[in-house]
Amino acid sequence: MWAGAEHPLPPEDKVGDDVPTLNDYLILSAILFAIGSAGVLIRRNIITILLSVEIMLNAVNLSFVAFGRALGTADGQIIVFFVMTVAAAEAAVGLAIVIGLFRHRESLNPATFTSLKW
Amino acid sequence: MTLFYLFAAVAVLASLLVISQRNPIYSVLLLIASFGALSGLYVLLEAPFVAVIQIIVYAGAIMVLFLFVVMLLNAPHEETEQDERLHAFRRPAPFRFGVVLAVALAIELTWALTRGGGETGAFPGAAVSSVRAIGRTLFTEYSFPFEVTSILILVAMVGAVVLAKRDVGRSGASAPPRG
Repeated sequence: MWAGAEHPLPPEDKVGDDVPTLNDYLILSAILFAIGSAGVLIRRNIITILLSVEIMLNAVNLSFVAFGRALGTADGQIIVFFVMTVAAAEAAVGLAIVIGLFRHRESLNPATFTSLKW
Repeated sequence: MTLFYLFAAVAVLASLLVISQRNPIYSVLLLIASFGALSGLYVLLEAPFVAVIQIIVYAGAIMVLFLFVVMLLNAPHEETEQDERLHAFRRPAPFRFGVVLAVALAIELTWALTRGGGETGAFPGAAVSSVRAIGRTLFTEYSFPFEVTSILILVAMVGAVVLAKRDVGRSGASAPPRG
């Protein structure tokens, strides 16, 4: 080993700039959320819209875990657990609705489902 | 930091490709790749429990459900002929508006996060990464939400069965007599 193996660096020097900070995770989360919202707004396929909703949920999950890590509690990870449960329920019901809609109209384009539009 | 940039790049690129694919099957598969990268980020955040259930529940259960529905419906590609070749900015107004809105949202969020200075350096303190601690908090402090979650799952299950069932009224015993 080189000479530094024994002299203990103080932790402030060791972390330096090459450790991802809370802001890095939050910015990544913001970018992913924007991508998901763009997908919801510009796509015309119901399944892709549901996938974009999943991207947004995961972006929020990432920020929850990052905040939980910064605060040093387990609450963030538990909230992520609940979010995943809700996402599973949302996917099950949403995909059942997609199947029903496709059976009626033979299309996945949301522009064809205008029966409730006036 | 290298790992962070690697996982972040994979997640962002895969998510961008998810919303730019025409074929929903590719979208689902790319989203699984994005979830794998997010799972790596959770490992970097010292949350191995979340990383594992991200893979098992999200990539393993929810995405397989999506893939199953995509293949079951044998869905046609979404675009119609007239805007098949148009760039996203040259499509009709709602789509242009959506792209602009999303870019504005990204810029705004990033600006709001970077202007305040905020945290620099590593995370302070120790991480709660043991499944024992998470389970203890989940079943004591959060036991009521946990039980409510089971009711939510039950309702979603019944709802999915009822919604996806073909002709509920005709085959059931409670259907009104016809003719």
